[in-house]
Amino acid sequence: MTDVRNALRLPAIMRTTAARLSALYFILFALCATLLVFYMTSLSARMLTAQSQETIDEEVQGLDRAYRQGGLPVLVRMMENRSRQPGANLYLIADPNGRILTGNVESLQPGVLETIGWTETPFSYQRYGESAERRNRGDSGSEQAPAVSETRHAAIALVSRLPNQMIVLVGRDLGEPERFRAVVRRALMFALGMMAIGGLLIWYFVGRRALKRIDSVSEASRRIMGGDLSGRLPITGAGDEFDRLSENLNTMLTRIAGLNDGLKQVSDNIAHDLKTPLTRLRNRAEAALAGDPAEAGYREALEATIAESDRLIKTFNAILMISRLEAGYSTEPLVKVDLAATIRDVVELYEPVAEERDVVLEADETAAAVIDGNRELIGQALSNIVDNAIKYSEDASGKPTVRVSIEKADGEVRVSVSDNGPGIPDEEDRQRATERFVRLEKSRSQPGSGLGLSLAKAIMKFHGGRLDLVPGSPGLAVVMAFPQAKGG
Amino acid sequence: MKILVIEDDREAAEYLERAFAEAGHNVHVAGDGETGFALADSGEYDVMIVDRMLPRRDGLSLIAALRSRGNSTPVLILSALGEVDDRVTGLRAGGDDYLTKPYAFSELLARVEVLSRRASSREAETVYRAGDLELDRLSHTVRRAGRDITLQPREFRLLEYLMRHAGQVVTRTMLLENVWDYHFDPQTNVIDVHVSRLRGKIEKSFDSPILHTIRGAGYMLKAG
Repeated sequence: MTDVRNALRLPAIMRTTAARLSALYFILFALCATLLVFYMTSLSARMLTAQSQETIDEEVQGLDRAYRQGGLPVLVRMMENRSRQPGANLYLIADPNGRILTGNVESLQPGVLETIGWTETPFSYQRYGESAERRNRGDSGSEQAPAVSETRHAAIALVSRLPNQMIVLVGRDLGEPERFRAVVRRALMFALGMMAIGGLLIWYFVGRRALKRIDSVSEASRRIMGGDLSGRLPITGAGDEFDRLSENLNTMLTRIAGLNDGLKQVSDNIAHDLKTPLTRLRNRAEAALAGDPAEAGYREALEATIAESDRLIKTFNAILMISRLEAGYSTEPLVKVDLAATIRDVVELYEPVAEERDVVLEADETAAAVIDGNRELIGQALSNIVDNAIKYSEDASGKPTVRVSIEKADGEVRVSVSDNGPGIPDEEDRQRATERFVRLEKSRSQPGSGLGLSLAKAIMKFHGGRLDLVPGSPGLAVVMAFPQAKGG
Repeated sequence: MKILVIEDDREAAEYLERAFAEAGHNVHVAGDGETGFALADSGEYDVMIVDRMLPRRDGLSLIAALRSRGNSTPVLILSALGEVDDRVTGLRAGGDDYLTKPYAFSELLARVEVLSRRASSREAETVYRAGDLELDRLSHTVRRAGRDITLQPREFRLLEYLMRHAGQVVTRTMLLENVWDYHFDPQTNVIDVHVSRLRGKIEKSFDSPILHTIRGAGYMLKAG
């Protein structure tokens, strides 16, 4: 198994993006460098050839002048002089049949002397004296033929014919451009070699690093997929794209875990709290069946069943809504909501109820406050709170009073609903009051699902605000704290 | 009244068919969006009840397609979703009313009956009359048997809505939606208290009741 792994190790590295990119860059660079070098060498070779031709031209002109002034003897003397200088050009005079008479060229590629003018392609030749040297050195036993061919050089030449049909050749060795080309070729090979090594190194380090990071991320995700939702992806602190990716994925995981927890809590609560009304529903139907089979009795039982079902539906709707708000689900953009108008609406809606229960409901909504929000949701939250306040202010020592007011402070807009009822003296109870299905002991006698304040809290959270329960003297103030609208 | 129910849940559709038939209405059922669209396109229905999530073609695109073909049959959208957003998107797609599952049949029936008469809307009338009760929408005055009755602005709007749908059942949520423009379920029966207050004003010191409570459903304004 490990052998297979190891065998697959290298191909795995090759399959990384870094490796592919390195290879691609290497090939591209090598191609460009080669093209550039070839272009430059061919250009400079052509330049050097042109230079050689120019030199030859000048020589021929000089020789031509000498010939015209002094005839063949002067020409021969001059050529002999010149050919003795070190690094001299090639000089040759031949009879009309192509037999070499004088000069510093011992042998030529056949056919060169037959065309008058510039030789079209570089030809090979052997300098006078070179073969003799070779032969002398070659006495020690080595073969002659390769020694001779070794000393042949390439050259270009201008072949001209004198008026007496003698052939004159002036040429220049091409050794210089050849050497130049060799130097460039070596440089090119060296550069390509260095690039290959550099590319391989970068490939190895970058690819391996990336591979290692990705492996650690994959490893962590496998653990998380295995059910450990509390696991998080490693962050090296380098602040690179891998870290950013991991951070984002971690945020996502936190959100998923949060939603998951919420879901679990909701389903637990549903299971726990809906069991009671469902059982009641069942018992009532059973009792009706077992009891007096008179139509009036059935009717009453059925009506009670419907009423009970309606309450259940209401509770379900509230749970669904809380969950959706907590999941932050909304496609509707927030709009400007006039809180003062919302307070007026809700107070007006509850005023008859308050009056019926002999509770004074007053609103102090003089401070205009506009926030970004959802009017419907805010109205619902406020009416739940006012509803609660009216219910719980009934036991007030003096005249039961519920007061809704609005104030701006610390960059917040606060709508508070305060009553003068018994309140919730215990800090812990106050905390628990906004939890789902929590109905404090004293409120068990009051109708309600125990979701009113939880829903209000979820709505406040949805708006980026808070729901605070502040003990009053006496009573309780429920404060909806909204962040102030941008630019308002 | 001819009602088209486009609902893929067989059991729910059968229940609706039976319940509407008992209420004296004629119901056709389509089990998927395409069949529903073909039936609806014939344009012979007074009201359509469309589930939002349907096989083959979802409810909202079905409604939008009907509307773009000039079909203006009132549509009530049924949805298992059901939040403010869904209501808004549903109504924006061309629905006329929106009801979230689970719902009470009495609520659905009341809404469907109100919808079916929206075509012959009383919007244009400036004075509503029911028996000896008279509401002038322009001068904001209410009279019964020739005597002026003073109402608060909200009470006036409440009565206005009840009178516009005189003879029809209106539910508490319909009142909250149309008079207060809120769509939630209040914890306490706030609407009942408002209605009983209004009733006190339009019935007290008159011999005949005119604003009736329909048990398990809502209210109905009806003379005689």
